[in-house]
Amino acid sequence: MTGFWALVRRDVLLAIRQGGAGTMAVVFFVMAVTLFPLGVGPEIEVLRRISSGVIWVAALLSCLLSLDRLFQADFEDGSLDIMALSPLPLWGVVIAKCLAHWITTALPLIIVAPVLAILLNMPAAGFPALVGAMALGTPALSLIGAIGASLTVAMRRGGVLLSLLVLPLYVPVIIFGSGAVDAVVGGYSAAPYLMILGALALFALVLSPVASAGALRLALA
Amino acid sequence: MTLPTQDFGPAGSLTGTKLAVLRGERMIFRDLDFRLDPGGAIVLKGPNGAGKSTLLRMVAGFLPVADGTLAWDGTPVTENPDEHRSRLCYLGHLDAVKPVFTVGENIDFWARTAGVTDIEARMAAVLARFSLEELIDQPARFLSAGQKRRTALARLGVTPARIWLLDEPTVSLDTASVGALAALIAEHRTKGGMVMIATHIDLGFTDYQELDLRAFTGRTAA
Repeated sequence: MTGFWALVRRDVLLAIRQGGAGTMAVVFFVMAVTLFPLGVGPEIEVLRRISSGVIWVAALLSCLLSLDRLFQADFEDGSLDIMALSPLPLWGVVIAKCLAHWITTALPLIIVAPVLAILLNMPAAGFPALVGAMALGTPALSLIGAIGASLTVAMRRGGVLLSLLVLPLYVPVIIFGSGAVDAVVGGYSAAPYLMILGALALFALVLSPVASAGALRLALA
Repeated sequence: MTLPTQDFGPAGSLTGTKLAVLRGERMIFRDLDFRLDPGGAIVLKGPNGAGKSTLLRMVAGFLPVADGTLAWDGTPVTENPDEHRSRLCYLGHLDAVKPVFTVGENIDFWARTAGVTDIEARMAAVLARFSLEELIDQPARFLSAGQKRRTALARLGVTPARIWLLDEPTVSLDTASVGALAALIAEHRTKGGMVMIATHIDLGFTDYQELDLRAFTGRTAA
């Protein structure tokens, strides 16, 4: 895996120096979640029931927000040409960029999520399940998103189309993600949900790099 | 300052036989033959739109070959794309220089992605070649177009590849830098390296082939 970690390191550094996507995703996440109590009213019981769903939807949307630039910047300035010819296969490039995206975007979301859970009056018992489910589910979000990002890489305003392509594919993640929290709060085990989330992430890890690499190759032609 | 010696892997020659490329519905060129031997250079000529960049991107493997064969030592490159890729260094119109990274960081990243081990020695040599030493800690967003181009060209010196595919590498370079590039290419060729270059200015090559793409455009050859 020549150059894999060099690429991860570069992308993380780029995200930090540009200060763009990562921080923006977290701020969006916090703002979107805080809008809900304002919209549905301050009844503690209502907020408690919708808490896991709200956090998951907001996390998913903020993840989506940063995805359209995943390959685009490198495509536009010619870096992707160099990567496509580097010893690291293109699917390896996709995994490296997804990992960097996960570190810069999803990891901050996971850290912030329990704080927002308090805000929404989620029972404390649900916190470990929430963090666990997000840790297992967000890699799938980055990887599935990479397929959409690579398909829309050559488009000027690909962001909307990207959302249309990717959102339906996020459905299983959100179902089992918020299901894990609800199960624990309701007194059941979160294990089956977490296992399915893990399976989804692994499935995406196998499928997405190949699909994304194929789409990127089409864009480079 | 000479560059550290590079191991290019086994020598061989790159041949194109009856190559044709389509872009959309349009035939860019057809029945194009070329042969590039160790130490050789091909200079691509032709007016804008003749297909110079297209040919370079096709040889780089970005564009599918519509007809004909691109082969390394007689074996079609499609049979071992990884090996073909490892022989190439493609430098197109885009500089791939990240504005938030310094000159040094940009070059260092390219070297790492290529799996280069003696980065420091190579970097020192190539920075001296293109007079970039003083700019090494300068963020690339403060560079002029020519300085950015020189940073991009530095990649040729740090990543060992046998075949250089250069698309108008002299754009926005000053005379001294053009000389440095010509010297770098000459040195590469004496080591057995090969060059395919699209350029409108004379880089003072000795012993090279000229390939005029006008002769192979789809319409005239039909």
